[in-house]
Amino acid sequence: MTDTTDPKPGLFRRFWTLLWSPPAAISLGVLLIVGFGTGILFWGGFHTALEMTNNETFCTSCHEMRENVYAEYQGSVHQNNASGVRATCPDCHVPKEWGPKMIRKIQASKELYGHFISGSIWTRDKFVDRRIELAKHEWERMKRNDSQACRNCHSLVYMDFTLQENRAAENHQKALDQGMTCIDCHQGIAHDLPDNYLTAYRGVVERLQAEGAIPAPKPVDAAAIDGYLKTTN
Amino acid sequence: MKKAILISALLAAATASLAGFAAAQSTLATAPETATVNSIRGVDPETQVTVNPVYHQEEGRKNRNYRAQPPIIPHTIEKYQIDLHANECLACHDWKNAADRRAPTLSMTHYTSRDGVQTDTVAPRRWFCNQCHVPQVDAPALVDNLFKGSEE
Repeated sequence: MTDTTDPKPGLFRRFWTLLWSPPAAISLGVLLIVGFGTGILFWGGFHTALEMTNNETFCTSCHEMRENVYAEYQGSVHQNNASGVRATCPDCHVPKEWGPKMIRKIQASKELYGHFISGSIWTRDKFVDRRIELAKHEWERMKRNDSQACRNCHSLVYMDFTLQENRAAENHQKALDQGMTCIDCHQGIAHDLPDNYLTAYRGVVERLQAEGAIPAPKPVDAAAIDGYLKTTN
Repeated sequence: MKKAILISALLAAATASLAGFAAAQSTLATAPETATVNSIRGVDPETQVTVNPVYHQEEGRKNRNYRAQPPIIPHTIEKYQIDLHANECLACHDWKNAADRRAPTLSMTHYTSRDGVQTDTVAPRRWFCNQCHVPQVDAPALVDNLFKGSEE
């Protein structure tokens, strides 16, 4: 008979009920998995976009960079050397660590303003006039973080002073002993220096010292050096 | 009939021109003109060209050959900027920095302007160090030189 009550509804109805009012466990599970998937997708997209704006091609897509700093970088030791290892724009100018990298990337929006709206270094003359200011920014950044950009590749501890020119070896030993940082001597290694650059650099250092912004020199780890000497001898 | 004559005439003309072309080709092949192309290298391509040897920097200060000789430089200066804006030599050799950097100070003559005025900064006419001072390398002399030093 048709009027017999069936407690079990049809297949489609059951599926519809499941979709429309699912049990809490399934809702949560779907939310988690879909959320996880989208998270990966968005993070990947963000990272890809970040890396696309973090290479030499992108940097030199504006004439200000291509015709001034990039032109000067040609033939410098980080572009042309015996081993062919290169350091490109972001290797020195964008920190590798996540936090400082984000801060630098946000600061870089000011460069977009300079390019699209104010045109602050639009011509060669404008750039030359502002070079000392721009250089000071970079010196300050280097001095504040103990030349971290250099130290991503160069380490005083692993330098073989016996393979260096005498004066280089002497000065690197002095830097190690006195806790100096790379930028103290190596200004203008990739780009041209402006008038009175050394006075300007010393001014930056004095100001930072007065602010107490210079990181204290790390004490030499004698035990590590001893250990190293024992393994090599 | 007319059509057949036309076709055979065209064929004959084609054969004749082909034969003429072939003949022209063969004469070219037997008597080539001598090529007069100069090699960019300036020498016969078959000649072995030796690459100029690289001479390296000599370290250690050298004595002067005569009293007023500008001392030669015992280190590389290749990457140092000396131009209208900056002179990286002065970062060590200027009298203000020499002791800190343990470098020889410029001679005091370099602080005297052409009018004989003594200044604290290097005289403009002495700005371009490598007009007189050059790095020393173990290279043979480029030109023969009969000069004898004052001690010789």
